[in-house]
Amino acid sequence: MMEMQHQESLGRWDGLSSRDASSRAEAMEFICQEVMRKVEAIEPKKAATPALGSSPNSDLNDILVHLLMLSRRCPFEDVRGRCTQLLRDIQDLGIRIPRPLGSGPSRFIPEKEILQVSKVDASTQAIFEDAFAALHRLDNISLVMSFHPQYLGSFLRTQHYLLQMDGPLPLHYRHYICIMAAARHQCSYLVNLHVNDFLQVGGNTKWLNGLNEAPQKLQQLGEINKILAHRPWLLTKEHIERLLKTEEHSWSLAELIHAVVLLTHYHSLSSFTFGCGIMPEINCDGGHTFRPPSVSQYCVCDIANGNGHANHHDDLLGNQEMCGEVEELMERMKQLQECRDDEEASQEEMATRFEREKTESMLVVTSEDEECVPSRDISRHFEDTSYGYQDFSRRGEQVPTFRAQDYSWEDHGFSLVNRLYPDVGQMLDEKFQMAYNLTYNTMATHKDVDTSMLRRAIWNYIHCMFGIRYDDYDYGEINQLLDRSFKIYIKTMVCSPEKTTKRMYESFWRQFQHSEKVHVNLLLMEARMQAELLYALRAITRYMT
Amino acid sequence: MEKMSRVTTALGSSSITGRTMFCHLDAPANAISVCRDAAQVVVAGRNIFKIYALEEEQFVEKLNLRVGRKPSLNFSCADVMWHQMEENLLATAATNGAVVTWNLGKPSRNKQDQLFTEHKRTVNKVCFHPTEAYMLLSGSQDGFMKCFDLRKKESVSTFSGQSESVRDVQFSMKDYFTFAASFENGNVQLWDIRRPDRYERMFTAHTGPVFCCDWHPDDRGWLATGGRDKMVKVWDMTTNRAKEIYCVQTIASVARVKWRPEKKFHLATCSMMVDHNIYVWDIRRPFIPFATFEEHKDVTTGIVWRHQHDPHYLLSGSKDSTLYQHMFKDATRPVDKANPEGLCFGLMGDLAFAVNESLVSSDAGRKPYPGGDRRYPFFSFKKPNPTEQFAHVSSALSVFETDLDSSRMDWFVKTAQLYLLSGKPFTELCDHNATVAQELKRPQVRRVRTKIIIRITGTANLNVSAFSFSMKEMGPESRLERCKGESRPDNVHLEPGNSHISNNNEDNEETEGSDGPTEYMFGDAELDDDDLYPMEHDNQTVPEEPVYTLPPEAFQLRHEIIDNPSAPEHLQQDKADSPHVSGNEAEVACLTPIESFSLISISQPLYSPHLHASFFCPIVREMLSHYAERGDVQMAVSVLIVLGERIRKEIDDLTQEHWYMSYIDLLQRFELWNVSNEVIKLSTCSAITCLNQTSTTLHINCSNCKRPMSNKGWICDRCRQCASACAVCHHVVKGLFVWCQGCSHGGHLEHIMNWLKNNSHCPAGCGHLCEYT
Repeated sequence: MMEMQHQESLGRWDGLSSRDASSRAEAMEFICQEVMRKVEAIEPKKAATPALGSSPNSDLNDILVHLLMLSRRCPFEDVRGRCTQLLRDIQDLGIRIPRPLGSGPSRFIPEKEILQVSKVDASTQAIFEDAFAALHRLDNISLVMSFHPQYLGSFLRTQHYLLQMDGPLPLHYRHYICIMAAARHQCSYLVNLHVNDFLQVGGNTKWLNGLNEAPQKLQQLGEINKILAHRPWLLTKEHIERLLKTEEHSWSLAELIHAVVLLTHYHSLSSFTFGCGIMPEINCDGGHTFRPPSVSQYCVCDIANGNGHANHHDDLLGNQEMCGEVEELMERMKQLQECRDDEEASQEEMATRFEREKTESMLVVTSEDEECVPSRDISRHFEDTSYGYQDFSRRGEQVPTFRAQDYSWEDHGFSLVNRLYPDVGQMLDEKFQMAYNLTYNTMATHKDVDTSMLRRAIWNYIHCMFGIRYDDYDYGEINQLLDRSFKIYIKTMVCSPEKTTKRMYESFWRQFQHSEKVHVNLLLMEARMQAELLYALRAITRYMT
Repeated sequence: MEKMSRVTTALGSSSITGRTMFCHLDAPANAISVCRDAAQVVVAGRNIFKIYALEEEQFVEKLNLRVGRKPSLNFSCADVMWHQMEENLLATAATNGAVVTWNLGKPSRNKQDQLFTEHKRTVNKVCFHPTEAYMLLSGSQDGFMKCFDLRKKESVSTFSGQSESVRDVQFSMKDYFTFAASFENGNVQLWDIRRPDRYERMFTAHTGPVFCCDWHPDDRGWLATGGRDKMVKVWDMTTNRAKEIYCVQTIASVARVKWRPEKKFHLATCSMMVDHNIYVWDIRRPFIPFATFEEHKDVTTGIVWRHQHDPHYLLSGSKDSTLYQHMFKDATRPVDKANPEGLCFGLMGDLAFAVNESLVSSDAGRKPYPGGDRRYPFFSFKKPNPTEQFAHVSSALSVFETDLDSSRMDWFVKTAQLYLLSGKPFTELCDHNATVAQELKRPQVRRVRTKIIIRITGTANLNVSAFSFSMKEMGPESRLERCKGESRPDNVHLEPGNSHISNNNEDNEETEGSDGPTEYMFGDAELDDDDLYPMEHDNQTVPEEPVYTLPPEAFQLRHEIIDNPSAPEHLQQDKADSPHVSGNEAEVACLTPIESFSLISISQPLYSPHLHASFFCPIVREMLSHYAERGDVQMAVSVLIVLGERIRKEIDDLTQEHWYMSYIDLLQRFELWNVSNEVIKLSTCSAITCLNQTSTTLHINCSNCKRPMSNKGWICDRCRQCASACAVCHHVVKGLFVWCQGCSHGGHLEHIMNWLKNNSHCPAGCGHLCEYT
């Protein structure tokens, strides 16, 4: 919440995201003066009480932190340079400047592997600039996604449209819904991000105390937020009816579609955030420190994400052990490709394979580590903290299998979304297709591999966990292609992302590149979003008919 | 063969009878198909596969093809087709990728004949060849189309759609070897069945998936396609490039399209989502469905005309688990409920309005139009077309002519051009603009000049302003004209003791004393009318008044009121008489409430001489709002710009923006680009100024090769020549380039001007008679 003070000073930060170099320089100049003025103002006081945290000081600190963020994350070279310089000048004046805690946008991926803001090709640079102009920040998610610039473009376009462009919901509602969705998965990263945005667009601080302080209308959304996040198959047309039919605080269909798209987007984005171990933003809580670096304070994350040295050895060891993994997988894919035509599985066999995969996915134990207690800070955004993912088709409570052929995104979902929230259908469609079809025809070190089979297996496995069945898919393939550690990772990430650990991330597909693991994450995220969306849209369709 | 079948079926068609009826199925249907003699229909879905006999009064279940212990996915049908030659032959497409054929002639309970499991993904469509008994075509999600010979165990040829999912395949009715395939990416391909290596032709028909296509039963070249983009398009395939000849916009994605038998221009559609109705369109009238069937409660998944030569029976299956037979005569005709109306503006502002006569006659109480309106008899030159079953509507056509003189907007254009908005000192601007208004003699009778007299008295620095309210009696109603006083805070310090007299026009004189509370009067010769009641203000000293020095200036505001009875009254009449003329509402509304105002004169010490300039702002604001409301945004905006900072704070940004936008819009309509640009530039609203910052793009074509010039230089990179050379001096023109719009030759402005002084032909020698005006 420290960014609250930033509000009044926001005007001048905005100038930095202009594409015009001279207006950036102007804005920068203004900031320099402002900062220097502040610095001089506290100078005498500081001599008397050097304690940190006096009020003008903390105001300054916020600015310093923002400068630090800019010096690392701004896509414009000149701004980065000036910010770094300014920070250094201030330090020379004897003021403590912050430094980022940990390095790099992800805890799992070494910083050096991720694209540096300073070294990107022209198209990615353009995407970054767009994003920066729209949001005045470049978040860690975008940086990690920039492994796949094509997808990133589509992703940011959609997100920007959902949050900033014309739509049925007012801006602060949108951010609040994002907070609700992310809080469901205890994703403090996204919650923090959107709490700032929420306040910036003039949201009421009171709402942040908890869902029961928010308007009735949003409270009603809590129910489907909960269901969608954990057991979307339980969503029925009665839920929709309840939202649309209560007289005073009722939702309109268009608003509801908007809300549903936001909810599903942020549920799955939480999965991605945990799945890739996204670090807090530099300018958010936990992203920086004013303490000088010291050995004892050496951040664990630094070691953990490979910036230290200890890990290297480990990696090598792992590689040797798992040397044959990729080859084995490729071999299996080849076999499947070839013997597909010979061996004819009976229909019953196919049906049981789906059931088996479904039940087996239940057996995959998600949490092997310590129980993660939701911090109070975040859990107040949602009620009923105990409600979590429950395996589909558990203990006889039979929910009919969702047949993908009867309600598909392409034929049905798209039309419904596009009808009620124009253009979004198109954008989501593009995003889904982009994620599903993205391939570089490589697997680890091997080139020219047709990965479509593997991608389809991952996609369908996730849908299978949500009880969506494709008639034309042989679920036996999943067993062949996805090994246990990978399944654990998928299951954890999709169903209870907050439990994802670095160990899980590392233990699947050891030989694969980080970019490939991010690619997998994108697949997981989009497949999950589509699954949730399908259930929600089907319920809405049923309500409408 | 074909002829024979035609004969027999034509005979058969006369025997078809029935009524609108339905039956409940056990499960949602995905597709339906009829057998050739139109006596039986097959319904297929995920959990249903049955044959029903069509009897006079009802559907009778004939056969359940789902047999066996365990329901196999092979029964889960996405599509079904009954062979049009062989009565016993059916084919289904299964969601698991199987293509199954069924032989009803089999003695056993299980009628399954052959099973092809060559497709890897869901098969979306199966299609029998219309005349060949053993040829079956399938299209699948995996991107392949396969052609099966039913005498063999496997496909004879495979057609690849390059991994784009196939949504529909249809054999051409007339070309033995041709079939069309529609794809998820919006493309339609034509294939020759003998050449599996590559398609004959491909074109993009829709944005997003093309869910269905259907060949016209009679016309060789017509193919109808329907897509997720809510459109049905009819393509003429006989030309080299597929040409879109008709397009129908529906309200939801189009799942099926079927031509209506025996009606060349009719086709039936149903939707995949949201909309449950079946529509029959006349493709020549794409805006309103010709007929609608509204029986289904959930989306319609299959439609088929019962007999291929009978246009009166339509069968449909739906997700609501019903099977319907619709009689065409029972269909809803949306046309009957519609009120056809037409409205069009003429070049000179005339308005033509056509409406169904029955509606007009009911409105008998209308007054005749005093001058403007004439009613023209309506002649239909269109010969009734017997094939078109559209009700002919006779309509009444009214034309409202505007009175040319009163509605001319010349004054607007001229004032817009002549008003100076910036560039001179404040007073001069005011004077200038006042003169402009005067010169133009806008149809106002009278103009009220408001003067602000600011006087500075020696020591007290008094600031006096005068107000005048003048009333004028006019016709039956008297109008209140508000005059404004305006003073402005200015930082120009004038020497104390100076007293200035400002004259706005020669006939306006003012005298005043040099100190303290003074009374002064002013006359306005412009107010040549009788009633002028000047109001005088007494000066009083207000102690708290900060020492303010104001320049002695008179600010003159021109204030025109359209007083010409012809203009507003005409409009008023228009308004009263015709509900269709809108746009002058504001003006009329403003005029009417001003009823007989008794003529009041106030002479009263009202304002202290020390009044701060901002005191007058509310009045100016009111005045501006008054103008704006009356429709004279020109006035409002001009004053706004001229006064600039002085008044800006008083009016909220949104209103200002609104005024600016309206004025700019008006200017642009009159093509006063320069003025509108100036206004944009001078405006103080950020929302307006940014209008000018939106990127402006100039597209330049090379004058030699007529292709777009891509780079910014002067040389076209295609023909490697200098573009835009001057036709007179043959140098490249950098700067003002003038060219003839007839022959597109041109050059330096100066050169061309000189040239055309002496010559009338184009300097380039092309023989064109150029004109320079």
